[in-house]
Amino acid sequence: MFKDNSVNMEMSVDTNKINENINSDKKEALETQELTKRFGGLIAVNNFDLKVNQGEISSLIGPNGAGKTTVFNVVTGIYQPDGGRVIFKGEDLAGNKPHQIVAKGIARTFQNIRLFSNMTCLENVMSGQHCRGSAGVWSSVFKSSYQKGEENRIREEAERRLHQVGLWKFRDELAKNIAYGSQRMLEIARALASNPDLLILDEPSSGLNDKESEDLMKFLKIVLKEDLTILLIEHDMNVVMGISDWVTVMDEGKKIAGGLPEDIYHNPLVIEAYLGKEEGEEL
Amino acid sequence: MKLDKNIIFKNWLILIAIVLLSVAPFMMNNYWIDVFFFFGIYALLGLSLNIVLGEVGLFDLGHVAFMAIGAYTTAILNTKFGIPIIILLPVSALAAAGFAWLVCSPIIHLRGDYLCIVTIGMGEIVRLTLINNPFGITGGPNGVFGIDFPSLGNIFMIDNSTEFYFLIWIVVGLTILALINLQRSRIGRAWNCIREDEIAAESTGIDVRYYKLLAFILGAGLAGVAGNIYASKLMIVSPESFTFMESCMLFCIVLIGGMGSIPGVLIGAAAISLFPEVFRTFAQYRMLIFGAAMVIMMVFRPGGIWPRKRGAVEFKSLLLKAGRDNV
Repeated sequence: MFKDNSVNMEMSVDTNKINENINSDKKEALETQELTKRFGGLIAVNNFDLKVNQGEISSLIGPNGAGKTTVFNVVTGIYQPDGGRVIFKGEDLAGNKPHQIVAKGIARTFQNIRLFSNMTCLENVMSGQHCRGSAGVWSSVFKSSYQKGEENRIREEAERRLHQVGLWKFRDELAKNIAYGSQRMLEIARALASNPDLLILDEPSSGLNDKESEDLMKFLKIVLKEDLTILLIEHDMNVVMGISDWVTVMDEGKKIAGGLPEDIYHNPLVIEAYLGKEEGEEL
Repeated sequence: MKLDKNIIFKNWLILIAIVLLSVAPFMMNNYWIDVFFFFGIYALLGLSLNIVLGEVGLFDLGHVAFMAIGAYTTAILNTKFGIPIIILLPVSALAAAGFAWLVCSPIIHLRGDYLCIVTIGMGEIVRLTLINNPFGITGGPNGVFGIDFPSLGNIFMIDNSTEFYFLIWIVVGLTILALINLQRSRIGRAWNCIREDEIAAESTGIDVRYYKLLAFILGAGLAGVAGNIYASKLMIVSPESFTFMESCMLFCIVLIGGMGSIPGVLIGAAAISLFPEVFRTFAQYRMLIFGAAMVIMMVFRPGGIWPRKRGAVEFKSLLLKAGRDNV
């Protein structure tokens, strides 16, 4: 039994290598190198390497508590890394605040939806355009022609995004009043409104039913064509297998595998991380 | 259709309010004109606190300190150097705004009740400093007196109640216009986003620290303007006008009216300044009535008397115009 297992492992390492070679031809949108993040004595992320190719949907999966969201929070600037680097478009992101990182082209959504509840859906999406504007206090108070033009641009972009996610009919509703599934789409619209190069979605299908998450995945395939790169976090493997171009698996803060979805699906290390070892194997 | 009615109703209400306010001083005695002057002062202070508390949701319970800085700047520069009050109006605003920038920069990251405590402390420190007469310029507990009326050479001079009434209400009117434009700009939206969810705002690309500080600076500047007009009207400033209780009153104005709502602030200011006068006959019971009214209001209308309504009124579709609507 033990022997069997090791053969399997070697095989998986081989496919990993082949995959890495395929991978290296493509341009990376985001890369983390030996990323480490500690909380007190707990190492949440341990020497984690992640590569996200330009124009692809990449997924980061792993069981609950694996450190996926921590990686996201480090990439988006909410946490500062304790070691390693985050490289986006060839630039080290360390030391940037979250809003600066958004301006550089990384937009994100949250696992537990965080909308501006008492603002209308349209205003929510318009706020996504904030970092693309520059009107200051004086031009806003006196409504300069520059400010008016900018405001029109912001609104057009927001309206376009609302149409895109199919929430135009709710434009004047407060964000807290619309259905859960619509709220999730609204959050994605808000992230897209900042015209990002990389869209990071933290468990976008959580709380959605099968139909809704299927629609969401179809939608992501469509927006991908807008010169976008998408990074998904999921703990449910089945959701991401269909649409991912590349899957990285994480467990206990470490990368345990990376490859094409079908390889990951059969990787024994991944299966072990999700299900534990089979009883027979432990003997 | 319903919305159109709403707009018409609002426009009528604004028109009636403007007409009433402009004819009011000719139908009242000086006592009531002064009451309405203080209504205007409270409205201006309420609007200034509304930026910080209403729009951004920062609990500022020391707001009267900014007014004190404005009033004392006017009083000291006018009595010591004879600089005209009109020129000191922007100077007071800048002094208060600069003070806000200095004091609030290190505490701007604090949230909710922590910020509240620190601002109470700030307000008290300002008041105690004024009482202790630093460098012999603030006049200690007696304050500074003999402040001029606003004047521009021999051309005009604001020296009676009616003229002061118009001065303050014109300033309030201009402030309201400016604030409406701000509310509907990316800055107003950024402020509201921070109030709703700070982390989401930061992750949406809004510089939370910058916009919080901006709110404090603008709010303080407006309070400084109110301080300037207040000082020249009373001709005396003393520390007892800037107590913690005043800050609480300002807080109430914003809460009664509805956070982030400009008409709400006006209603709140009216409640705070006119209510005690109307119920003067009840003498010692009026604070009791006032307190009870506030409790009842908070139970039945926790959002304030006139909360800000968001929606189609403010946003006319651009794509609709182009005929691309597919609702």
